Amino acid sequence: MKARVHITLKNGVLDPQGKAIQHALDALGFNGVDDVRQGKYIEIDLADTDKATAEANVEEMCKKLLSNMVIENYSIDID
Amino acid sequence: MKSAVVTFPASNCNRDMFDALEKITGQRPHEIWHQDTDIPDVDLIALPGGFSFGDYLRCGAMAARSPAINGVMAHAERGGNIIGVCNGFQVLTEMGLLPGALMRNRSLKFVCKTVQLKVENADSTFTNAYTDGQVIDIPVAHHDGNYFADDQTLAELEGDGRIAFRYVDQNGEATKLSNPNGSQNNIAGIMNKRGNILGMMPHPERLIEDAQGGIDGRGFFESIINSLN
Repeated sequence: MKARVHITLKNGVLDPQGKAIQHALDALGFNGVDDVRQGKYIEIDLADTDKATAEANVEEMCKKLLSNMVIENYSIDID
Repeated sequence: MKSAVVTFPASNCNRDMFDALEKITGQRPHEIWHQDTDIPDVDLIALPGGFSFGDYLRCGAMAARSPAINGVMAHAERGGNIIGVCNGFQVLTEMGLLPGALMRNRSLKFVCKTVQLKVENADSTFTNAYTDGQVIDIPVAHHDGNYFADDQTLAELEGDGRIAFRYVDQNGEATKLSNPNGSQNNIAGIMNKRGNILGMMPHPERLIEDAQGGIDGRGFFESIINSLN
């Protein structure tokens, strides 16, 4: 199975890289970009065949390593 | 004072930390490799600066899950003293021993220069050799030193006197210009509630003898020795 994990910054956490991207887009003439938030995307190949087990596994991975719960949220897609 | 320095792959201030501790304490620190599972009984564990594990995933994230960390945790729970400088500070926040997180500098640039720090609380294990409000010169060298914590955590840190050092100008004022990385409340170094763990982005180990251009960092290490006596 494959897990796709998106890690994003929580609301209220300043994202200087997102801001820089927003300014660069503006400089390139892409008007109307109200905000940019940069995150991470992680693909994980799993030996699990049971979706519920896989989900529980990846959830643990997110909590223990993949995300920093102080500043980040995560979402998991499994197929 | 017995001490230990934990080195991770791509730590690069471990020698500086080792030398500073050896020169000031007169005792050779134990050298701990990240895979070592045993840390001897010491008075102080130091997590040095650098770019452990190439800053992969998040600064300090991999180091905070190393085998040696179990020994650091056990030391923390016993009330043992721990300092984390630069990458070491990032590791301590990733371990959950200190609140908040260190994010990319607001300028997005690596900052390498000497800054002024104000000693905010000279009544701690790590600052007692300084005086309250004293302004000291200490170098910074980091890309991810932008301290972030939620409002409640910040209020607790401020209220409990757990902010050890703040970035200030020559007059001791915490201004936007004197803040090298965008840290909230100009925070440069904080302590845990129990007062036995400190993390800071600036490098006191780089200013402990005249040959380095100053000795403002000595007080940091002397404070820890004082607190043991």
